[in-house]
Amino acid sequence: MTPVGRLGQSPHEAARVREGEEGESVTKEVKQLDRVIIRFAGDSGDGMQLTGDRFTQETATFGNDLSTLPNFPAEIRAPAGTLPGVSSFQVHFADHDILTPGDSPDVLVAMNPAALKANLGDIKHGAAIILDSHDFNARNLKRAGYPENPLDNGVLEEYAVHAFDLTGMTVEAVKEFGLSRKDAGRAKNMFALGLLSWMYGRPTDPTITFLERRFAKVPDIRDANITAFKAGWNFGETTEAFVVQYEIKPAPMEPGTYRNITGNLALAYGLIAGSVQSGLPLFLGSYPITPASDVLHELSKHKRFGVTTFQAEDEISGIGAALGAAFGGALGVTTTSGPGIALKSETIGLAVMMELPLLVVDVQRGGPSTGLPTKTEQADLLQAMFGRNSEAPLPIVAPQSPADCFDVAVEAARIAVTYRTPVMVLSDGYLANGSEPWRIPDVADLPQIDPDFATEPNKGEEFWPYLRDEDTLARPWAIPGTAGLEHRIGGLEKSDGHGNISYDPTNHDFMVRTRASKVERVSAGIPLLEVDDPSDSARVLVLGWGSTYGSIGAACRQVRKQGIAVAQAHLRHLNPFPRNLGAVLKGYDAVLVPEMNLGQLSMLLRAKFLVDIVGYNHVRGVPLRAAELADAITDLVESQ
Amino acid sequence: MTQTELPFPGLRGVPQAEEPQNRKEFTSDQEVRWCPGCGDYAVLAAVQGFMPELGLKRENIVFVSGIGCAARFPYYLDTFGMHSIHGRAPAIATGLATTRGDLSVWVVTGDGDALSIGGNHLIHALRRNVNMTILLFNNRIYGLTKGQYSPTSELGKVTKSTPMGSLDNPFNPVSLALGAEGTFVARTIDSDRRHLTSVLSAAAAHRGTALVEIYQNCPIFNDGAFDAIKDPETKQDAIIPLVHGEPIRFGSPDEDGKGSRGVMRDTATAELRLVDVAEVGEPALLVHDAHADDPTTAFALSRLTDAGYLHKAPIGIFRQVEQAAYDDLAREQIDTAQQGGGEAAGALSGLLNGGDTWTVA
Repeated sequence: MTPVGRLGQSPHEAARVREGEEGESVTKEVKQLDRVIIRFAGDSGDGMQLTGDRFTQETATFGNDLSTLPNFPAEIRAPAGTLPGVSSFQVHFADHDILTPGDSPDVLVAMNPAALKANLGDIKHGAAIILDSHDFNARNLKRAGYPENPLDNGVLEEYAVHAFDLTGMTVEAVKEFGLSRKDAGRAKNMFALGLLSWMYGRPTDPTITFLERRFAKVPDIRDANITAFKAGWNFGETTEAFVVQYEIKPAPMEPGTYRNITGNLALAYGLIAGSVQSGLPLFLGSYPITPASDVLHELSKHKRFGVTTFQAEDEISGIGAALGAAFGGALGVTTTSGPGIALKSETIGLAVMMELPLLVVDVQRGGPSTGLPTKTEQADLLQAMFGRNSEAPLPIVAPQSPADCFDVAVEAARIAVTYRTPVMVLSDGYLANGSEPWRIPDVADLPQIDPDFATEPNKGEEFWPYLRDEDTLARPWAIPGTAGLEHRIGGLEKSDGHGNISYDPTNHDFMVRTRASKVERVSAGIPLLEVDDPSDSARVLVLGWGSTYGSIGAACRQVRKQGIAVAQAHLRHLNPFPRNLGAVLKGYDAVLVPEMNLGQLSMLLRAKFLVDIVGYNHVRGVPLRAAELADAITDLVESQ
Repeated sequence: MTQTELPFPGLRGVPQAEEPQNRKEFTSDQEVRWCPGCGDYAVLAAVQGFMPELGLKRENIVFVSGIGCAARFPYYLDTFGMHSIHGRAPAIATGLATTRGDLSVWVVTGDGDALSIGGNHLIHALRRNVNMTILLFNNRIYGLTKGQYSPTSELGKVTKSTPMGSLDNPFNPVSLALGAEGTFVARTIDSDRRHLTSVLSAAAAHRGTALVEIYQNCPIFNDGAFDAIKDPETKQDAIIPLVHGEPIRFGSPDEDGKGSRGVMRDTATAELRLVDVAEVGEPALLVHDAHADDPTTAFALSRLTDAGYLHKAPIGIFRQVEQAAYDDLAREQIDTAQQGGGEAAGALSGLLNGGDTWTVA
């Protein structure tokens, strides 16, 4: 039993100074854990995203590895207290390198009956449930569809339930600020955050600083939130309900400076980096759409980098303006989600035809149609590949984790500018909103991107806009303002080289093949696919792409712990594939491809390499569960 | 005419040519492939003719078009050009104009391109007031798809796709543009080279979005649609010329040499009426004020256009007002944000290292 401490102290410091403090003396045991998964759940208006985000920042600052999964409804404020209105934020943190936000929470914080009901099925048996008993009244129980109070009827027996009147204690704690009962009660999320921060020994200064800044203009609200936060911490420390405090040591990480980052933020930074590294001003044409809007919001803040953000009248205008800017020599970008890509398809085709650099970012969400706007999916791969009329190939890249969105954005800019082509980036809702620690790169290590504008005639005295580079097949990019290079391009087929309109059959066949070859040649500049197989003897390969990286990695680790050999590889480039992909696939007895779709990469691989891929497919709007996937891998290995 | 003589510095920022230019320099090597007798030839000739007068560097001029007969226009001008996709030219031009203040950006579109498939982009370009000049060739028919009715065809139009007559009311492009509060809205006619040139020059000089509707005859699919305003016999009664600062008069001349008919505001209903000048006297007539902030009267004037077969239409500049242009404001915001900024790589490092960071030794 180690006595531990007060707000503002680390558990280590607290252990030394606990004696002689004022107040009750409650001795607490400190228990070491290697990892914990906590899910904060409440009504959409309860501030659960903020609570989770703050806990995450505290955890990042403390030095744990972490991974997060925000999950919220599409409705901004669904009816209070109902199941559709439940919003949650899951954070997984550990003293070692982790890959996913975790399958099943160890701790559920439920602010009302609906939050309990909506999340109970996900949590581990024996998990701790901390809930606000204040809202477990007849009205809210009915709204959540509980015929009787689950706190009384024994259904929670297998869990460690800690029911407190969090709202009541919050109102009591902040009464000095003279807020209405409703406003006072709204600080209950900070009380809960304080309590959890105490339980897991999180540093509190970042949150206090954050609240001071966030509510600087409303001192009453600021003070109430800080007070509620501190009250939650102190409650944890003094209550006899909790006899254990937990410690999760910092995870060993590569030396460097880190920050916690979401995928959308990393993507926005990567786009700015692509602009700086190419010297091209960034122009974003975008129409707001979940879950991509945060990229627009973020980029709109960075005008000092010469970034122009244009909130267009529709998706088509967003990409049209980006393409117009690209014609003028900007790094043109459009950001959207799947339904927006459908609308942009024709303009993407125009960019393919005109062979101009353009970045098209698809933050995928559940579909078809409006689908599940706030949930994740990776079912736009075939749309990215084929969702245009005729033969209109373009390079496709996909990030594998939130922080990786940065590198992928830079890579997309490199390909687009080098090869004069639209490039599709396939992020998704999980990557967009999920976060992880990011080792901040040294700007000097980022690739230089050379726009290599045409400046003079390339065919005697003439300028031919479709006379290509022999290696890359890229055409010259001659921007308006360059004397002597006046030319016209458009959506009609052009004659090879000269670029004039041509309806010649042989020329068209040649140009279709040339555009395809140009995209194929991108593979010359991308790394070979690396396979991770610690055993060096695996006969089964698990191959993924995009945001399933974490789930696949975690599943492979679980399988390997059982002494089963399995190889893992992950594709960043979906078109063209790495040059060695066919050989890699043929080197295994079986290849499992897990995807959050019905087998889109599987289809491409079967078609291209004639390899009998085994699909593992779930489209539930949430990341693949590592434990289930581990079972599938084990079954496949054992069936060989 | 030079830009400095015009009321608004629409071409500010676009570099001037060092040497005088001629029409030939603006003519590309491409064979013009419109139908014989098409009104587009006249517009092309007018544009090639007055472009040298603007005195701009040719490489800083960009023509962007959508799809349709008129959309081939950029191929025939030896400037930078983009023949894009159906209806999207204003959106594409918006991105170009916003990032490149040193360009003179022109959009060439038609009634189908601008008002059907691209209607949304058109009204938003006008609303934003992006610095570009939109030439809307209105022949009141679909030409390139061979003769279906267009959104400016008169109700009941019998075409290939409407054998019993079209069922939808037409747009009046000038009314639409004024409804979107376009800051420069004008109408002219393909066959009147002098008027066409003067309106296009004023449009080029306008800072913000200038929309010019050009009545243009399609001899193949809608021949004669504008005969009433072109026929020497009828045109003086059909065309209501709008001249800023002048009482609005048209029709066969009175003794004072000006039109015997005029436009008057009815004081009871506030509607515009066509009257005999001899009856009401010239002081009772509406004096055209293209510079009025409020577009209401300009809109009322646009309603004097026949919606059916064209017997009467005001021609000229309906509205010409000064208002901040979107692209100027966008560039200003960037300039403001960049003041005192250091070199980009250092700033990038600062950005990436912002927020709550921690260091692992």
